[in-house]
Amino acid sequence: MNYKIKNIKNIIVNNPLKLDCGQTINNFPIAYETYGKLNKKKNNAILIFHALTGDQFVAGENPITNKQGWWTTAVGPGKAIDTDKYFIICANVLGGCMGSFGPKDINVENNQPYGLKFPVITIKDMVRAQEFILKHLKIDKLLSVLGGSMGGMQLLQFCALYPDKTFSAIPIASTASHNAQQIALNELARQAIMSDPVWNKGNYYQDKKIPKNGLAVARMAAHITYMSDKGLQEKFGRKLQEKKDYEFTFDADFQIESYLRYQGKVFVERFDANSYLYISRAMDYFDLPGQFKNGLNEAFQNHNTNFLIISFSSDWLYPTKNSKEIVIALNASGANVAFAEIKTDKGHDSFLVEEPEFLKTIKGFLDSNFEIFKNEK
Amino acid sequence: MKNEFKIITNLLPSQSRVLDVGCGDGTLIEALIKEKNIDARGIELEKVKVKECIAKGLSVIEGDAETELSQFPNKAFDFVILSQTLQAFYQPENVLSQLLRIGDRVIISIPNFGYWQIRASLLFFGKMPTTKSLPHTWYDTPNLHMCSIKDFYEFCEKKEIKIDKVVGINGEKISPINRINLEMKNLFSEVGIFLVS
Repeated sequence: MNYKIKNIKNIIVNNPLKLDCGQTINNFPIAYETYGKLNKKKNNAILIFHALTGDQFVAGENPITNKQGWWTTAVGPGKAIDTDKYFIICANVLGGCMGSFGPKDINVENNQPYGLKFPVITIKDMVRAQEFILKHLKIDKLLSVLGGSMGGMQLLQFCALYPDKTFSAIPIASTASHNAQQIALNELARQAIMSDPVWNKGNYYQDKKIPKNGLAVARMAAHITYMSDKGLQEKFGRKLQEKKDYEFTFDADFQIESYLRYQGKVFVERFDANSYLYISRAMDYFDLPGQFKNGLNEAFQNHNTNFLIISFSSDWLYPTKNSKEIVIALNASGANVAFAEIKTDKGHDSFLVEEPEFLKTIKGFLDSNFEIFKNEK
Repeated sequence: MKNEFKIITNLLPSQSRVLDVGCGDGTLIEALIKEKNIDARGIELEKVKVKECIAKGLSVIEGDAETELSQFPNKAFDFVILSQTLQAFYQPENVLSQLLRIGDRVIISIPNFGYWQIRASLLFFGKMPTTKSLPHTWYDTPNLHMCSIKDFYEFCEKKEIKIDKVVGINGEKISPINRINLEMKNLFSEVGIFLVS
């Protein structure tokens, strides 16, 4: 990635954080962004957890990339998650590359970027690091937490760690435990990065090089998993890329090839390859049921949080089955749970695109929970 | 709110834990929360209705009661409600045993196929009956296992399901049903509500 990270809002965590891997980190930055205004009673705050390649710039224009924030379809003035009404917080995850402590940061011990010396992190580590933001903003209890995909994993971990810190929770297209197929796809992406000679065992920062070929292939492979068969067919089919006939070469003849190449190309400009390794690893290690003796049911015992679980019918990366497992565990532990599967052809990425049924559902749920929460507090 | 829901609301003690199976747009759940501070939640098959419930902030999950009641632990609820849907299941007996497993007590209402208008329709016109509580025609009905109040009463006796209370509804008229007046009420009630355990 080529961007200079400066003027990004952050906190420096001056508190030792013992990671799951055993190492302890201290005095590290967690970058974050906020939208809207925190009201006097501090009961309109919503924490959003971003996905694998997301960042803290949820809405409006991302000041670093000068592109639209990743969830502008859902977050903004008058939108489903209304910034005129709610105070939105989103932090860059630990291990990320948008201002939070990550592998491209300089290790003061040898004045070199960490690279693979950066400790291997977990979803739980990410969540515990983000909790310092709530302390910093002096918010005792959030109105809600939202997160899609890996964001949903952080959300579930957050709820399990801090049962009293949020009134409601909306995990979207997510899972409580990474399964073999999900790990396999992440491994494919990592191998693509690590087999790029420029990657050089994670030491590529000094020469200002990027293992862009490997990272682009990783992104292309991942991107396919974010879409559905039907969605791809409808959008691209066998359409050719600005040509009338096959060229009988290995250039991008088909539109889908050209599209994937483009996705790979723009991605390497904004994302650090080592961050991709670390964050995808954290996803693979995520197994919330495994953290409890009695499995997932125990994770949510005695919870008063109102859960809304959402899945998408054409999502094959984190299918409805994964969401239903969460619903079943919540039901078994007697938690308040609502669940809806949204019918769509847009695959896993449905939560990021304009999907009216989905947006209407989260808006209704958030607004009605706010009505209850503000009278309670 | 329709009579049936009023009767059900009255049957339930406040602050109890209730599951409404096939809760539709959540009308009953809302009333139970508002009027009796009941911890009520629901399961519903139709996507549109589930979303209506969620928009109201109700704890309703999308799912098929035929197969998905097994996720709830034993005696998870004080009461489980099944309003006029028993006849639509492929295996009503299985569903009923699930309801009795997850709920301490079960409230079941059934559109009464023994109602005189229904009997008359078949007897005098030789046609499958359509009434206010059974509005579908034979070719588009979701109902697979129609029964009368008497059928269900005898079914409970046979399966040794304890009948705590039965109420018949005929328009605005609500009357208790027992073994003695069963024949009569089976003829004159449009809907029967059973409280069983």
